[in-house]
Amino acid sequence: MALPAAVFVGLVVLWELSYRVFNIPKFVVPAPLGIIAETWEWRWRLASHAGVTLYETLAGFALSIVVGTPLAILIVYSGFLRRALYPLLVVTQAVPKVAIAPVLLLLLGAGEVSKVVVAFLVAFFPVVVDTATGLAATPPELLDLSRSYRASALKTFAKVRFPMALPFFFSGLKVAVTLAVIGAVVGEFVGSDKGLGYVIVSATSYWKSNLAFGAMGLLALMAVALFGLVELAERLICPWYAFAQQGGNAPTE
Amino acid sequence: MIDIRAVAKTYRSRQGDVVEALAEISLDVRDKEFVSLVGPSGCGKSTLLKLVAGLVPPSRGEIVIDGRAVREPFPDVGFVFQSAVLLPWRTVLDNVLFSIEMLGRPREPYRTQALALIELAGLAGFEGKYPWELSGGMQQRVALCRALVHDPSLLLMDEPFGALDAMTREEMGLELLRVWEERPKTILFVTHSIPEAILLADRVVVMSPRPGRIARVLEVALERPRGVEMEFDPRFQRYSEEVRSLIYTRGPRAVHASPR
Repeated sequence: MALPAAVFVGLVVLWELSYRVFNIPKFVVPAPLGIIAETWEWRWRLASHAGVTLYETLAGFALSIVVGTPLAILIVYSGFLRRALYPLLVVTQAVPKVAIAPVLLLLLGAGEVSKVVVAFLVAFFPVVVDTATGLAATPPELLDLSRSYRASALKTFAKVRFPMALPFFFSGLKVAVTLAVIGAVVGEFVGSDKGLGYVIVSATSYWKSNLAFGAMGLLALMAVALFGLVELAERLICPWYAFAQQGGNAPTE
Repeated sequence: MIDIRAVAKTYRSRQGDVVEALAEISLDVRDKEFVSLVGPSGCGKSTLLKLVAGLVPPSRGEIVIDGRAVREPFPDVGFVFQSAVLLPWRTVLDNVLFSIEMLGRPREPYRTQALALIELAGLAGFEGKYPWELSGGMQQRVALCRALVHDPSLLLMDEPFGALDAMTREEMGLELLRVWEERPKTILFVTHSIPEAILLADRVVVMSPRPGRIARVLEVALERPRGVEMEFDPRFQRYSEEVRSLIYTRGPRAVHASPR
């Protein structure tokens, strides 16, 4: 962590210095100190906008888990549903989300719901695909073993298949949570009067680039923090995976 | 104990062709007998194990175990595969007790049995360790305990030591014999290794591929307990040569697949 932090600070210092040396106009690229000052000045209003974006992101993300996980289970367990649903899922991903956003706004109004839905649409695909991949990757020997003990499908799912798939599930969640941030902001770009996406759009149209950069920084912070939280949850829920990844002290044969 | 009566297995491939995995096999396995199945890939050894376990139905013929025809999986069986396939979130003890849970029995009464097996397998002190903390050989010992914890009368082993290095492999074979002598079971043991097949078994079933069939059944008349030094016994050498000649002189590929 120390090295990237040092590089980051170094770059910011370089940025501030070149801004002063080359006399770059503020509306083209603002300087770090100016951004920090203006962000601080707007802190309360920015915080409330950030809250809106965070809410939209989390709601979309939660929805992607609630919808995506059962969908993945259905796809893995039913050949019929896999053939019926999978191509459709791919089609939903082929349509650019930025293109769906205006249509959704028309359908759902300019409120937060439409942003939640955009965030969900962007985020649920990796949850479905990764969870399904994980469930399908159960070693066939374990399935034979469960069958030979005449364990029910539900028991095999709960004790073998789902826990086995957890690392895949979490890698899907890590992608999903960052995508959900993007989805929420895209929704706000298209039409809203709240949220960090809205702040960026309106600040740039008034040449307030300091504020726009500040909002961008907050968005980046939010995405990184959410990613970190998912990673933390992963480490708490399946610590064995991280250890197994390191290889422990077991020789590979 | 196991009576395999004219059992054949055909699969339908994705392209719709009928693939003959096993062409009519008959074999009698006595109670508490150790039988090795040896042969090249594609001779249907693993298929035979699944048939015996009731995991797949035979296309023709039937398998009778203790007087009852096998029609579905039955719990009186333990399975060990080439890969240990332990559950990484469970400790050694919990991995062994996995069998009990899947069988739907209460764990507590089996704890003592599980711990005794773990000790018998030379894993005392490792009960609380996780699979990633164990070497490949140790993981496979855990898999063996898992297969034995419910005290099944039949143990099916599908190349259990195939993924281990040669030295660990030899050691594991002898360990298995030790465990088997202490807790006699009927064992069907699939392997690619001719010396392993002979060293461990009462009888060696030599199979030939495409479609899988039994080429010959050899009675191994070596006294027990056995050790590695038996591999230098002239009788061992004779068995070994016989199995080799059966495996390598069959079919048109024999010229290329010469042993030396």
